[in-house]
Amino acid sequence: MTKSRKYVRLKDAPLLPPPATEAGVTGWLWQNIFASMTDFQSIGACVRSLFMIFFSLLLVYVFVDQTFSLMDFAIFSAVWSDPEGLKREACWTLQQGGALPDGWHGACWPFVWAKQKFAWFGPYPSEELWRVYLSFAIGIFGLIWVLVERMPFRAQVGVLMLTIYPLFAFILLTGGNSGASFTGIGVWIIAGIAVISVGRIGATGYLGAVFSSVSGVFGIVGWGIVALNVFRGVAAVDFNLTPVGTGDWGGLLITLVVALTGIVASLPLGIVLALGRRSKLPVISILCTIFIEFWRGVPLITVLFMASVMLPLFLPAGVNFDNLLRALIGVMLFSAAYMAEVVRGGLQAIDKGQYEGAQAMGLSFWQSMRLIILPQALTHVIPGIVNTFIGLFKDTTLVSIVGIFDLLGAGQSAVADAAWSTPVQAITMYLYIGIIFFIFCFGMSRYSIFMEKKLSKSRRH
Amino acid sequence: MRTNSISSLIYDSKVRGYFFQTIILLALSASIWWLIDNTVTNLADRGKTVGFGFLGENAGFQISATLGTWLFDYNVGQSSYLDVYFIGITNTFLVAILGIAGATVLGFTIGIMRLSQNFIIRAFATVYVELLRNLPLLLQLFFWYFAVLRALPSKRDKIEIIPDAVAMNITGLYLPAPIVESGFMYTVIAFFIAIAMTFALRAWALKRQSETGQRFPVFWTAIGIIISLTTLTFWLSGSPMNWSFPEFKTTGAILRRGFQSGSGMVLVPEMLAVWLALTLYTAAFIAEIVRAGILAVAKGQTEAAYSIGMRPGMTLRLIVIPQALRVIIPPLTSQYLNLTKNSSLAVAIAYPELVSIFAGTALNQVGKEIEMIFMMMMVYLTFSIATAAFMNWFNARVKLVER
Repeated sequence: MTKSRKYVRLKDAPLLPPPATEAGVTGWLWQNIFASMTDFQSIGACVRSLFMIFFSLLLVYVFVDQTFSLMDFAIFSAVWSDPEGLKREACWTLQQGGALPDGWHGACWPFVWAKQKFAWFGPYPSEELWRVYLSFAIGIFGLIWVLVERMPFRAQVGVLMLTIYPLFAFILLTGGNSGASFTGIGVWIIAGIAVISVGRIGATGYLGAVFSSVSGVFGIVGWGIVALNVFRGVAAVDFNLTPVGTGDWGGLLITLVVALTGIVASLPLGIVLALGRRSKLPVISILCTIFIEFWRGVPLITVLFMASVMLPLFLPAGVNFDNLLRALIGVMLFSAAYMAEVVRGGLQAIDKGQYEGAQAMGLSFWQSMRLIILPQALTHVIPGIVNTFIGLFKDTTLVSIVGIFDLLGAGQSAVADAAWSTPVQAITMYLYIGIIFFIFCFGMSRYSIFMEKKLSKSRRH
Repeated sequence: MRTNSISSLIYDSKVRGYFFQTIILLALSASIWWLIDNTVTNLADRGKTVGFGFLGENAGFQISATLGTWLFDYNVGQSSYLDVYFIGITNTFLVAILGIAGATVLGFTIGIMRLSQNFIIRAFATVYVELLRNLPLLLQLFFWYFAVLRALPSKRDKIEIIPDAVAMNITGLYLPAPIVESGFMYTVIAFFIAIAMTFALRAWALKRQSETGQRFPVFWTAIGIIISLTTLTFWLSGSPMNWSFPEFKTTGAILRRGFQSGSGMVLVPEMLAVWLALTLYTAAFIAEIVRAGILAVAKGQTEAAYSIGMRPGMTLRLIVIPQALRVIIPPLTSQYLNLTKNSSLAVAIAYPELVSIFAGTALNQVGKEIEMIFMMMMVYLTFSIATAAFMNWFNARVKLVER
């Protein structure tokens, strides 16, 4: 049985290109710009389309206008150099007694160049600046090592950055040779080792069952004492460096020191507080909640005021902290409370089965936290931690209000310099400081978004 | 098997719990006692006493004219430190409330713009958010105050925004001030009666809709009632309100030229700078919250609403917004709280708010650190706790009832 076939298509029909409104540049333009402003089918749609056209044009105008005036101010009209050393007169118009045309409005960069060292390092002695550069360089190197995923030994480098590096930077920046007596420190270290040993012996049960349950506390306290005194001991060694007091620090150096100390100290404190708040023991949970809510309820400024005014009253007479340390303590307690809430969010997101599984395996509370819960909870909230850090980084500017010259404070005092007094002095300095802050904060927020994406990918099953 | 009663006590988690809590309480009491002891010694060394008697003393410093000084009728050397405290609180909350209003409007606008189909609108909103969020608030405050508002015309000059009514110069923004005469009370009463009526109307309309299915345009009727009743009472009681316009002199002695005090109303530049900085900064955060909230409503919700025949407006009002608000409101409240706390940055440009005049100027004069910082922190703490209470109430109310 044969059937005559009139037409058989042997080749596939050619693929048509997608409609112009769906692909390519025109498609993108259509979908993202014109689709919303070309609907004229009803009166309502007409009004909406006209509004869209008007609003888009307005925004384009505002954006182009602002961008252009910023470029003009910062680049095209700006004064870039001051070869004759005229200082403020280099940025004066004819009317004001300078050489620039009347109505000129541009950045006065020579002012920033002149104040650059001050804005970055404050009154830190110029011949000792290599110490700051060295600690910055090692810090940046270590940070990149930890953040880039292809690098080997990331965890080890991270531990070094959290233990050896702060000590190293502390000695480099202050000059070490703190003058503490080595005998005293030695006694403390021996005492610390004794406490650890007692804890170890207790853990084996020789000192009775009651003791074995609290032996963990002895371990923590003992290691704390030893670590603190090793730090003090190394800081007391004379490395033959010129001492530089914190009063001579300033600028970006202070900003970074405050922000980094705040974040490094607030993470462990925050974890302890978050665990405490979720504790089943009412006293601990209430105390932690009060602590957290107190610091979160007051502005950082009042905390800094309190640290600088009230701390000297709380401590025994004769114990005297320098200004920077006081502010650091305030910042630490403040950011610990915020960090605690971030960590608590992570703890709450962990499935109940994980807690139960850890218990079923016979792990103690601390073991299950250390091995099962915290690693998951902390990875979960890395974006939150980075966001807290961005917030803290921006908040370090507040220390300038209690008289510590951070980047903004140093800039603000540079603005008060009459030798450079021009109408564009303030705005130039703010632009410069703004760019520095923006680079840091924007970079960190990108990193947080990157981590968020990566984590949500790895969590997808 | 015989159990040892002591070791069973030791392994009883309840007993261990009590044991640890007692230890912690003891340690805490000991350290608090240590702190108090140190403080008492230090205060005695410095010859200071503790007490709130200073609040009745007269404050001897100038505070720039703001809502607080006007409300509490501040006079140097006659008003007490308690007045200073209340002036500070008033000015803090004034700028906080204005900032919250501004940041909400701007933040919602920018947040919705970030979700626009239109690339231009979306990109503009993104640039705004990224720029404002990544710069410290204090820097923005300095920028507005020292770089922008200082560039305004001098004291003897002005920029007119609305001729003869609204103008600006370096001393502030000048607005017409309402002057209330006796009898204005009736208008206020009428306004509240009108609001009560709209609530009654809404209840009636809802009842009727559930009985008969007929809908009633409550919103427009309510606006009509409020406007007409208030205006009518105002007019019937003889229009008991006048406007005092700011007076600007260009003639006469040089030192007398410019805006005349006692006419119109002035917003000091410090307040404008704080308000601008707080509004623009917080709006960037609110925009992100709004965007996340709207994105959190599943697309199926909108599609389901369309499929049962709801129009887009209704869908937005009855389906999307209620669900988005459940996500938006908790972080939004904490942004309001942040804004209120951030208003304390105003101390940096000497806007007379709580931290600036009470914990700053007044503290320097009186030197009662403990009492004054305690009083200042209490204001912020009370506000935070009140907000937290509201948030808990709200969360409980809107919690998803799961079946």
